[in-house]
Amino acid sequence: MFEYDFMRHAFAAATVVAVLSGLVGYFVVLRGQSFACHALAHVGFTGATGAVLLGTTPLWGLVSVTVAAGIGMGMIGDGLAQRDVASGMILSLSLGLGLLFLHVYTAFATQATALLFGNVLAVDTQTIWSLLLLSAFSLALLAFISRPLLFASLQPELAEAKGVSPRWLDILFLVIVALATAESVQIVGVLLVFVLMVGPAASAQRLTTRIGKALLLSLVFALAEAWCGLTLSFYTDWPTSFCITALSVAIFVTAQLRYRHLTRR
Amino acid sequence: MAAAVDLQGVTLARGRKNVLTNVTFSLDSCEFVGMLGPNGAGKTTLIQALLGLVPASHGEVRVFGAVPARGNPAIGYMPQSRAAAASLRLSGFDFVAGVVKGHRWGLPLLHRHDRREIAWALDMVGAAELARHPLSEISGGQRQRLLLAQALIGRPKLLLLDEPLMSLDPHHQQDVVALIRSIQRDLRITVLFSAHELNPLVGSLDRVLYLGGGQAALGTVDEVVNGPNLSRLYGSAIDVLHVRGRIFVMSGDCEMERDEHRHDHTGHGRHASHV
Repeated sequence: MFEYDFMRHAFAAATVVAVLSGLVGYFVVLRGQSFACHALAHVGFTGATGAVLLGTTPLWGLVSVTVAAGIGMGMIGDGLAQRDVASGMILSLSLGLGLLFLHVYTAFATQATALLFGNVLAVDTQTIWSLLLLSAFSLALLAFISRPLLFASLQPELAEAKGVSPRWLDILFLVIVALATAESVQIVGVLLVFVLMVGPAASAQRLTTRIGKALLLSLVFALAEAWCGLTLSFYTDWPTSFCITALSVAIFVTAQLRYRHLTRR
Repeated sequence: MAAAVDLQGVTLARGRKNVLTNVTFSLDSCEFVGMLGPNGAGKTTLIQALLGLVPASHGEVRVFGAVPARGNPAIGYMPQSRAAAASLRLSGFDFVAGVVKGHRWGLPLLHRHDRREIAWALDMVGAAELARHPLSEISGGQRQRLLLAQALIGRPKLLLLDEPLMSLDPHHQQDVVALIRSIQRDLRITVLFSAHELNPLVGSLDRVLYLGGGQAALGTVDEVVNGPNLSRLYGSAIDVLHVRGRIFVMSGDCEMERDEHRHDHTGHGRHASHV
């Protein structure tokens, strides 16, 4: 299958995104912020379609809006999770707005499907470079803040007493999550970001309680899901996003069963 | 040598309300002090002031002779809210390790020295074996030991423990008090231990710090916990009964501390209605 340009591009893009989402996802799950991923992806839809409307690349519309939303969520803080109705309305509104933008732009249906469910087979070289650049930046930032982030995630009050600012870390981390979410949308689309960002990390946390091992497992799962999903899709002609989703869920269910088995013993 | 904690005419406010007004006392080094008082009396606020998180609106607060500042390595702290730890899929070792040099940027890599420090802290609380298990699979009392180990990282000279006995059954309460007392003696450090109930602490305390009605009273249990003294502190009639080594603080017909457990999170103002 590697004789085709689009497959090589797809593998390159999926690899770059899986590395980022696997590692960022671990902290997302540890901090209980999986809802944030979901929300950022929805908000990103407005950004991507808005960018299409303005005639620029959806990726940059996606990135700018998710990052802005991430900063906003970080500044509002914990209150956001409790206001589930208001959050739900805003998320629905962002999908609705995205639809309106597409409608104004001549109702380009393939564009909508690509954003909602991903279209990794259409990724071009330029996008791969953009993804690589964003990934490198996000991972560098994550590495830089990882020690205090871990501290603030495990013991926010103690961290604050020791001179760490949980609020600022939260904002920085949500910027990273926003970038990872925007990248994941390129592969699996707005509606399925959860499987790449949360699936591998959640499975990893059911199999090990050591941070290093869990990060590694999460990375391995994300890569395996992306690569196997693409391969499966190539030979079956099923949509790539479906294959990745199915694999992500399968790994999660297996991990969950194993975890149950271990804890019952 | 400077006192571990020194307050001179200190007023502390939470929001617009003063919780402590013009309070003066000082804690010696190597002292085990129990801090008691109803909800809203300012126990947590006082701890936060010592950590440099809440500024005094009047007066001077000193910790080992210095103005309180965040990140003081001489202070170890166990916060009150710790429910989150119960759901973490994380080994006890990593939970404690997450605190080591947590204020520094970069990757959370552990050097040999850091590992020794973690092993020492786990040893101090008798949790070396426990640290291999996930937090979600150990008991509340066992988790408490790991939290204490976290507080010991950095070898502080002053331990601030915010309600370490909360939501533990009486048997585990005794264990925790005994453990902290032995650590305090071994390391010759000062411990300020806040609690709702005096009785689990009575045998172990050097002195007791009672907060109430915006005031503070510090002394031995017999000096502080008696009818006239507490009546003056709370501004209402309080009786102290001694029954077979246990102490009951009665406000009117109600036992105050027992009562505290029933209605959590109500202000101390309601005590006036008991009289």
